Amino acid sequence: MTHRSDRTLDVRALARVEGEGAMHVRVRGGSVETVRLEIYEPPRFFEAFLRGRRYTEPPDITARICGICPVAYQMSACAAIEDACGVVVDGAIADLRRLLYCGEWIESHVLHIYLLHAPDFLGYPSAIDLARDHRDLVERGLALKKAGNDVMELIGGRAIHPVNVRVGGFYRAPTRQDIRALGEKLRVALDQALDTARWVAGFDFPDFHHDHEMLALTEPGRYAIERGTVVTTGGLAFPVTAFEEHVIEEHVAHSTALHAHLAGRGRYLTGPAARYTLNRAWLSPLSRQIADEVGLGVRCDNPYQSILVRAVEVVYAVEEALRLIEAYEPPAPPHVDVPPRAGMGFGATEAPRGVLFHRYGVDADGLITSARIVPPTSQNQASIEDDLRRFVADRLDLPDDQLTHQCEQAIRNYDPCISCATHFLDLTVDRS
Amino acid sequence: MDAPTLAVWKFASCDGCQLTLLDCEDDLLAVAGRVRIAHFLEATREVLPGPYDVSLVEGSITTAEDAERIRRVREMSRTLVTIGACATAGGVQALRNFADVEEFRSLVYAHPEYVSTLATSTPIAAHVDVDFELRGCPIDGRQLLEVITALLVGRKPNIASHSVCFECKRRGNVCVVVAHGTPCLGPVTHAGCGALCPAHNRGCYGCFGPMDTPNAAAQVALLRATGMADGDVERASRTFNAGTPAFIELSRVTTRREAHRDAPL
Ligand code: SF4
Ligand code: SF4
Repeated sequence: MTHRSDRTLDVRALARVEGEGAMHVRVRGGSVETVRLEIYEPPRFFEAFLRGRRYTEPPDITARICGICPVAYQMSACAAIEDACGVVVDGAIADLRRLLYCGEWIESHVLHIYLLHAPDFLGYPSAIDLARDHRDLVERGLALKKAGNDVMELIGGRAIHPVNVRVGGFYRAPTRQDIRALGEKLRVALDQALDTARWVAGFDFPDFHHDHEMLALTEPGRYAIERGTVVTTGGLAFPVTAFEEHVIEEHVAHSTALHAHLAGRGRYLTGPAARYTLNRAWLSPLSRQIADEVGLGVRCDNPYQSILVRAVEVVYAVEEALRLIEAYEPPAPPHVDVPPRAGMGFGATEAPRGVLFHRYGVDADGLITSARIVPPTSQNQASIEDDLRRFVADRLDLPDDQLTHQCEQAIRNYDPCISCATHFLDLTVDRS
Repeated sequence: MDAPTLAVWKFASCDGCQLTLLDCEDDLLAVAGRVRIAHFLEATREVLPGPYDVSLVEGSITTAEDAERIRRVREMSRTLVTIGACATAGGVQALRNFADVEEFRSLVYAHPEYVSTLATSTPIAAHVDVDFELRGCPIDGRQLLEVITALLVGRKPNIASHSVCFECKRRGNVCVVVAHGTPCLGPVTHAGCGALCPAHNRGCYGCFGPMDTPNAAAQVALLRATGMADGDVERASRTFNAGTPAFIELSRVTTRREAHRDAPL
């Protein structure tokens, strides 16, 4: 098959991912020379125009980096600003933040499971085509997704770019009655979440494993979402304030996103599989039981099985939301005062796609002097490229259209949020 | 007759406005049953060739390639609707229009030369004819369904053009300016959200952009009366719809006054 020993594969405008990207593969003499995941989302310069804004503005402004995970941006921004001002927010306000965040995990994970990822396993171009043959399945997914949106609408005011979040807490706390009504909906959602996990467990998972170091936040006693310290599978442990000492971002030529690696160690992976691997012990008994039932071991190193982890995390997030609803007392007032203070603040939370880090400098008048944001996708890019290199090497005998399709699927395993990374697929395979 | 084709396009944006369509969980399959989704990368890998009956365009123009791409999209579309503040006003990324983009580029990227970008972020209507503009950051799902439904039956979308203030009164909200002295952009902001922020005890921050006939001078006076400093009035007018003439006017009212006050007496 000499005509295949040299080739270039190009995937243009990758579908069912958030944002725009492309993939270039260069094959020389029958082996993969380079794999480049190119991000061509135009830059929007958030870190630059945040300078000179008021310290109360980053939650609303940075939400606009990503319409799929605005709560993650709002929560990391609040954490960093509050850290700069020396204020700790806990108790009922922190619980309400965790509840809002559970809503985003449910919505974002279910969107990925049903609308973006499942069609690949079942051989459909989209969930809408899937619905023609299995309307009940897609309807269940949409209902479960809606439960996540219901949480965000009640607590945040709306599901995309919530209006109710502020530095220090919330503008208005929902009433106990409203929260109780939400509980009713989530009890239905819990069954849908369990059914979803059992459904995806029946998919066919290619035998593919990686050995990347995995990184997640951790918090003793519960599955880390809105706060925690950083740990890795390689044994590193550090506080969020030391994030930039350990995570080095580089600007690579083929992309408007930055690539991150761990200082002195190299590529790593953040996101659902990393969280599960590092924090499985802190899952609830029911979500750990469903993880065992769907066949997840003590770690998840098969990117295809990330769909199982997302489904387990949905079960967890629904259960956790129900627990927080049960214990809910409206915080009064719904926010703590955060007077400005000159300083530097650091914040990190577990966005649906992994650790999202923010750092702000604030001056004594409350104006932002510097801003730095490290989203999950730029942290994962080097690991994704490494997986793709091995993936393509095993499939070089496939015709271009099939290889392209399979590469797209491999990339979707990571649910790369391209808008976040600043940014999808245009696959070029250069085999000549 | 074949179902009309619907295409969704993305330019510089956060994906939030197209997500609004996927967030219409109760109506998504019904809409998908009435149209042929011909191009919607966030939802399907199947791409049908143009021309398209309706194109929904999200995002603003920030690169020379995108300025070309939007022309091709226009040529392929019978009706072109822009969705959201990025597409109708340039979005939050239009804050570069008031700054030095070279400085921005070198602040964010170690190798600014790798990143090609225009000095401005501009709305779609600055490049091609637009048939309907739907406002909001993000757009409202009910309004989006109204626009799609109207276009499918060939009537004009029924989208009110009054201010957020009007929606507050209809919803029975307490006015946050009168009751709490909270600064609010409601009087100059386009309706559509149902007065969401005042319903949450906060002032409107203008995410739906300017209403059709805003009174900038009166708005500035109101913001000042709540004790807002001039720098904050300027910041308030420069967020997600900073590129609209009405909000530029709002920020200028401040600068003109400031210039006047600072002039030697
Ligand atoms: S208008 Fe707002 S919500 Fe819509 S794409 Fe732009 S930033 Fe996102
Ligand atoms: S009240 Fe104003 S800022 Fe709030 S959602 Fe409505 S238009 Fe946007």
